[in-house]
Amino acid sequence: MALVLTEEQSMLRDSARGLISDKAPVSHLRHLRDAKDPTGFSKELWQSFAEMGFAGLLVPEEFGGSGLGFVEAGIVMEEIGRTLMPSPFLATSVVAASSLNRGGNAAQKSEFLPKISSGSLLATLAVDEGAKHRPLQTSLKAVRAGNGFRLSGAKALVLDGHVADLLIVAARTAGAAGERDGLTLFLVNPKAKGVSIERTIMVDAHNAARIEFANVEVNADSVLGEVDQGGSLLDGVLDIGRGAVASEMVGLSEEVFHRTVEYLKGRKQFGKLIGEFQALQHRAAQLYVDIEITRAATMKALQALDTDVAKAASAVAVAKARAGTTATRAVQEGVQMHGGMGMTDQFDIGFFMKRARVCEELFGDANYHTAELARARGY
Amino acid sequence: MQLGMRKRGLRKWLNSAVRWPRVIGNNFDLMETTMSDTENADLEKFRSETRAWLEANCPPEMRKPATSDADVFWGGRNTKFSSEPQRIWFERMRDKGWTVPDWPKEYGGGGLSAAEHKVLRAEMAKMGARPPLSSFGIWMLGPALLKYGNEEQKKEHLPKIAAGLIRWCQGYSEPNAGSDLASLQTRAESDGDDFVITGQKIWTSYANYADWIFCLVRTDPAAKKHDGISFILFDMASKGVSTRPILLISGYSPFCETFFDGVRVPKSHVVGAVNRGWDVAKYLLQHERAMISGMGERGVGRPLGQIAADSIGTDAQGQLDDSMLRGQIASFEVDEAALAACAERAVDLAKAGQAHPAFSSAMKYYGTELNKRRYEILMSAGGVDALEWESERSRQGARPRAWLRTKANSIEGGTSEVMLGIVAKRILDLPGA
Repeated sequence: MALVLTEEQSMLRDSARGLISDKAPVSHLRHLRDAKDPTGFSKELWQSFAEMGFAGLLVPEEFGGSGLGFVEAGIVMEEIGRTLMPSPFLATSVVAASSLNRGGNAAQKSEFLPKISSGSLLATLAVDEGAKHRPLQTSLKAVRAGNGFRLSGAKALVLDGHVADLLIVAARTAGAAGERDGLTLFLVNPKAKGVSIERTIMVDAHNAARIEFANVEVNADSVLGEVDQGGSLLDGVLDIGRGAVASEMVGLSEEVFHRTVEYLKGRKQFGKLIGEFQALQHRAAQLYVDIEITRAATMKALQALDTDVAKAASAVAVAKARAGTTATRAVQEGVQMHGGMGMTDQFDIGFFMKRARVCEELFGDANYHTAELARARGY
Repeated sequence: MQLGMRKRGLRKWLNSAVRWPRVIGNNFDLMETTMSDTENADLEKFRSETRAWLEANCPPEMRKPATSDADVFWGGRNTKFSSEPQRIWFERMRDKGWTVPDWPKEYGGGGLSAAEHKVLRAEMAKMGARPPLSSFGIWMLGPALLKYGNEEQKKEHLPKIAAGLIRWCQGYSEPNAGSDLASLQTRAESDGDDFVITGQKIWTSYANYADWIFCLVRTDPAAKKHDGISFILFDMASKGVSTRPILLISGYSPFCETFFDGVRVPKSHVVGAVNRGWDVAKYLLQHERAMISGMGERGVGRPLGQIAADSIGTDAQGQLDDSMLRGQIASFEVDEAALAACAERAVDLAKAGQAHPAFSSAMKYYGTELNKRRYEILMSAGGVDALEWESERSRQGARPRAWLRTKANSIEGGTSEVMLGIVAKRILDLPGA
């Protein structure tokens, strides 16, 4: 598989870019933030997304989706990264849709997937509990109760958790925190008794929530996949999320880099363009190389996910680790090279820095994935 | 925009990792479009035939990386094989034209398409088969001759490169023309049908073993510095040529000082037009940089993590008993894998006609810095054991000498700073760069 976009993929990119840059430039996020918008994204725009086939991009055609792959999902994520558009695409269309498609039985798929495709259902995966992403440390408990289960515990950083219509909750049905066996995924109605949701306004003005589960009762049909065997399903969908976030970070890095290079070509000090200074040229060139390498690693990971999710782990770890390091560097250089302007809220660069910080934590940061690679390679 | 579109055949031809140096070197100008199913079937047939042939013909001793410089076969008039398997492997590959698989058959190559060449490389990599012939003729001069040489020059030189008969060296740098290569002063004065060449080159790799040299000389001292240079070929046995090896910090002498004292060379040995040698030089440099950048990506031998674990030991969890080093190795491996993907992508971009011509500078910068990091880690992993310089146990200090050797990676072929300058100017279009 060549590591360049096909003609069809280029068309997809152009159409995503057209829509997103037109309807949701960075000012769109700024407006939602300043207005303290209760939804945190534009429902109207999400409908356009659905009409263009993006909401169900990964959903098989039999469920009303476009039936495309992770490379294509990454293309959309990258465009989202360029303008920082807040959107249910990551939580609903990538992570939740993949969870349902990979783990769901026929009834679950036909109930939820068509609604995701049509844009009428928002869904999200609730996995993190502590300060850092540690899926195996999941300790939210699900104990058997009657014909079903009872859930107790708390989740953090649940993307779009304040507006989701369906929660996919990682819970421990057996074993102890740290073990892969004993994890189970549950489909939970956020309106169920015992669920309390606190929207968390975050540094990046995107959408997330903390959710508490106090003896929430779910029936046996709510299990997604196999009881106690949810670990590998979770691994797979997390890797899909990681690949998608890496793509968002590539788009984000490239955009902030582009803006920074343009600034170097326009800003004058000491009687010359600051882009003439070799100190800045070399740093810009290093950042360019970093971004190119990260882009390739990310494409490689998405292709690996398309080929075989179960075997993509190393490629995904490389991509997410690289994307984290590169985006962090890109936004820091962006602010530094914009000088005082970079520190102002009026200038957009700060938005990129804030979003990069959140993306870095999402589904595991660079340290997490670097350590995962070491573990996988047995040293 | 219709999104009902299906992915067609994307998974059909999954290729294993390609090796950067030879790849980029030979495929820069090749265009390739999406393959039809028939072509695909042909390619799969080629793959199984190639695999069978390699299995039958590659001696087991040649299925692991060379462990020392002496173990690498460079060809040339005075060459010797270091082992019988080395000879057998070289001769069998030569007879198939696979020392230069993608060169045209008429010049001693294998005539393979870019896709076939990729398959051959992948199959060789899978088997761990080493290149049968290492040669600056293959990596650097060949591509330049194929693009700029006249028919007579191609017919004269390319087959001898392919057959390992002539070993070439590169006369580029001079004592006062390093990073600023175009300020070179070695002069070639016209005298009838000949040029008479006088001057000095430095850092000439293996000049003391080379049979011929491709050399940059100043043919017009009055012209602007890039416009008075010619690219010329001559025999190192010519009267007036002498070499002196330079002892490096590694204790080896891979480079020489090379002196020309009135060396007489026919004008017909100029490649491209007289005074237009800079074009040839730049083109060749792209290949040289691509070759050097591959060094950081060379996944040969045992993984760093294992080497370190053997040397340092592991804790109860089986983790390397030095958590900081473990992190360094893992970070290195993240970057190494990412660079490998980028090298693969560079080839794909070149095939799709989307490559930026200066991208090899970006890869050269990153690949060489990464290779230096690899050896810093290897030295740290080896600890005291990696400090021995002369013992049998240390194979005469192979590791510290290799470590020191890598320090030249980011200097030779254009320093990292020059590479970054090229990226800034030619790719980012920054002012005054």
